[in-house]
Amino acid sequence: MSCCDSGVEFALRSPDERATGDEVLLASRVVADGVRQTDLSVPTVHCGACIRAVEMALGALAGVESARVNLSTRRVTVRWRSKGPPPPFVETLQQAGFEAHLFDVGSDDKDGALSELIRALAVAGFASSNIMLLSVSIWSGAEAEARDLFHWLSAIIALPTLAYSGRIFFRSAWQALKRRRTNMDVPISIGVLLAFGMSLYETAQHGSHAYFDASVSLLFFLLIGRTLDHMMRERARSAVKGLVRLVARGARVVRADGTQVYLPISEIQGGMTVMLAVGERVPVDARVIKGTSELDVSLISGENVAVPVTVGSELRAGTLNLTGPLTIVATATANDSFLGEMMRMMEAAEQGRSAYRRIADRAAGLYAPVVHLTAFLTFAGWLVATGDMHCAVTIAIAVLIITCPCALGLAVPMVQVVAARQLFENGIMVKDGGGLERLAEIDAVVFDKTGTLTLGLPRLLGTGSMDRETFAIAAAMASYSRHPYSRALVEAVATLAPAGVVFDEVSEHPGLGLEAISGAIVYRLGRPEWALAGLDNGGRKLGDGSLVLSRDGGRLAEFRFEDFPRADTSTVVAQLKQAGMLVQVVSGDRDAAVRPIAQRLDVPYFAAVLPAGKIEHIAALEASGRKVLMVGDGLNDTPALAAAHASMAPASAADVGRSAADFVFLRESLSAVPQAISVARGAGRLVRQNLALAVAYNVVAVPVAIMGYATPLVAAVAMSGSSILVVANALRLKQGERIGLHGAANVQLSSVTVLEASE
Amino acid sequence: MRDYFYLIPIAFGIGLSALAAFMWSLKAGQYDDLEGAAERILHEETDTPIRTTPPA
Repeated sequence: MSCCDSGVEFALRSPDERATGDEVLLASRVVADGVRQTDLSVPTVHCGACIRAVEMALGALAGVESARVNLSTRRVTVRWRSKGPPPPFVETLQQAGFEAHLFDVGSDDKDGALSELIRALAVAGFASSNIMLLSVSIWSGAEAEARDLFHWLSAIIALPTLAYSGRIFFRSAWQALKRRRTNMDVPISIGVLLAFGMSLYETAQHGSHAYFDASVSLLFFLLIGRTLDHMMRERARSAVKGLVRLVARGARVVRADGTQVYLPISEIQGGMTVMLAVGERVPVDARVIKGTSELDVSLISGENVAVPVTVGSELRAGTLNLTGPLTIVATATANDSFLGEMMRMMEAAEQGRSAYRRIADRAAGLYAPVVHLTAFLTFAGWLVATGDMHCAVTIAIAVLIITCPCALGLAVPMVQVVAARQLFENGIMVKDGGGLERLAEIDAVVFDKTGTLTLGLPRLLGTGSMDRETFAIAAAMASYSRHPYSRALVEAVATLAPAGVVFDEVSEHPGLGLEAISGAIVYRLGRPEWALAGLDNGGRKLGDGSLVLSRDGGRLAEFRFEDFPRADTSTVVAQLKQAGMLVQVVSGDRDAAVRPIAQRLDVPYFAAVLPAGKIEHIAALEASGRKVLMVGDGLNDTPALAAAHASMAPASAADVGRSAADFVFLRESLSAVPQAISVARGAGRLVRQNLALAVAYNVVAVPVAIMGYATPLVAAVAMSGSSILVVANALRLKQGERIGLHGAANVQLSSVTVLEASE
Repeated sequence: MRDYFYLIPIAFGIGLSALAAFMWSLKAGQYDDLEGAAERILHEETDTPIRTTPPA
């Protein structure tokens, strides 16, 4: 496709959809007078040469002011003059060899939280290094006069830093306190503020110990953890967002006076007449009033055979029109459509899962009361023992500083960032750290069939004995159609030389096939009974998944198609079973389509399950004490993805499915599932180790602090030491770590080979 | 000791200017596309970035 193939691979044969000019217009935004901006996602841009190719191809279009590729996000930003229709961006890029998807400019609100974190981190880093420098000279025995000066300087640096960098923690702590809860930010905020307040008092009293360095470097360390955590989520989010959008943005509506207007999907009302061109998705639930065609419904119901439709057929929103233009009447608004219903079910299902609390929050729930109680007892103890108020307060605050959860704040995000990075390199996106924790707990895996166990795309079977010339003719004809079988044929023949036949005319007959005229010869490629019309079919009954190529009604060749399993499906299922997992297949497809693959994999299956049924199935499993991982791609799986304890979706999944899933895998192989599980378990173990380290550190440091020996120097050394220890431990997460899932990626024997051998 | 105190504002000033430079580069979008920037040094044409966010 393009010049090089490093980085993230997108194992997608994307549904060939057109981005109409209207759609481009709808997804663009005005940036200056008469200039509009359109963002395109181009997942295959990889290198400098690609950048040039894309920018030059787009820059050469009439009306384009500038085009700029962002290689990190794999996106192109195009500015064009809004006089006249938008230039054909997607088509131009496809000609240049790049797959491109339209990106909603509006949905891509600049991430304010991340830049706030980075700015806060920069300020904290600057302040802590300067204060540390001043502190070092104090520790090495500066005379009283210089010490006071340095303390004041530190205070001057620390105050604005706390106000600027600290507000992230103060805000969150305040929110938690207002709701009468406690989180990690409460002890952090109290510790930092008390340390600063006491140091200021000490400085004013010409005291010898000030903890400015501790309070600022604590912020610095914790902000590192926060920022890493945020960047991990952001990266996955933007990578997932850039994939194909599978819902229509709008539709061409015919008004009462016969004029046509392109309306955004939210403005389409029941009863409106909509023109649906080939390659467009059905915008809302509708009924056909004119035309015949075939629809790709694989994302909706899991069926991968194109469904013929004609006048009177009911269409579901989100299905793709393949072969003929249709006139349809909307029967529901977008909210009441199938898609809207799935969204509501998903939201309802998600509420059940929100009961899960992340490890860090659970730790904080225990930690804060213990720490505060210890500090209070220390204060009371010293007050009783010495009767010296100042001494008691100082020591109690030193205890708070020492116990401030610096290592704890880094313990979890650091491991999760390392794990996410590893998964990313393997083509798996993690949506948030909570997903990793939940994935580590699962003991049952439920697969969807179409698009998950299988690729959801038909592939040509048994081409070995075929005459090359015949094959090339069929492929040449197929290239005129976007029917899944045609596309499979074109793909299969991509390596052969083009056919020597030149067609005078090619026409597509929806529901039947393609007809090509070359001189006096009529070729037909399509359903057997149609292609061989007028001739005796020989009494042969052909299966559903087959096409016939005929010349003047005589059979030339027959093509059979089958939906292929993803690579490594059987080894993956075997591995999961070996690891003691309960593996099931739950599909919306017909029993006859699900049974063969389930039997081949030797797993129990449930066919023709409705979306609500999938939720119930998962709820029943969870009720029996199982923690379920749902792997699915269709719209009909989306509620189940949200309901399961953890969820994964392939990159080819419906957009809502991708955003509902905790993990999205970009490569074709299903081995992403055991890989993700093993990394998640490795990460879970390291998180527990890190928490144990943080506790061990406290067991050593707290008695020292209670005894009153926690000078600023001790605090600085202990804090940095424990943080470094925790980070170093997180980096131990190894690529090849597999717990109970031995050699997930090492087994190269793909199930496709097995299947082909068995035939 | 006192003779060297003049070094403190100098060190502080250098640190502050580095911080300001970082903040500026962040705002100017220099970290928006690190991979792309690495490739673009090999391109010959003049090459001005598009502002993706409206200037504040």
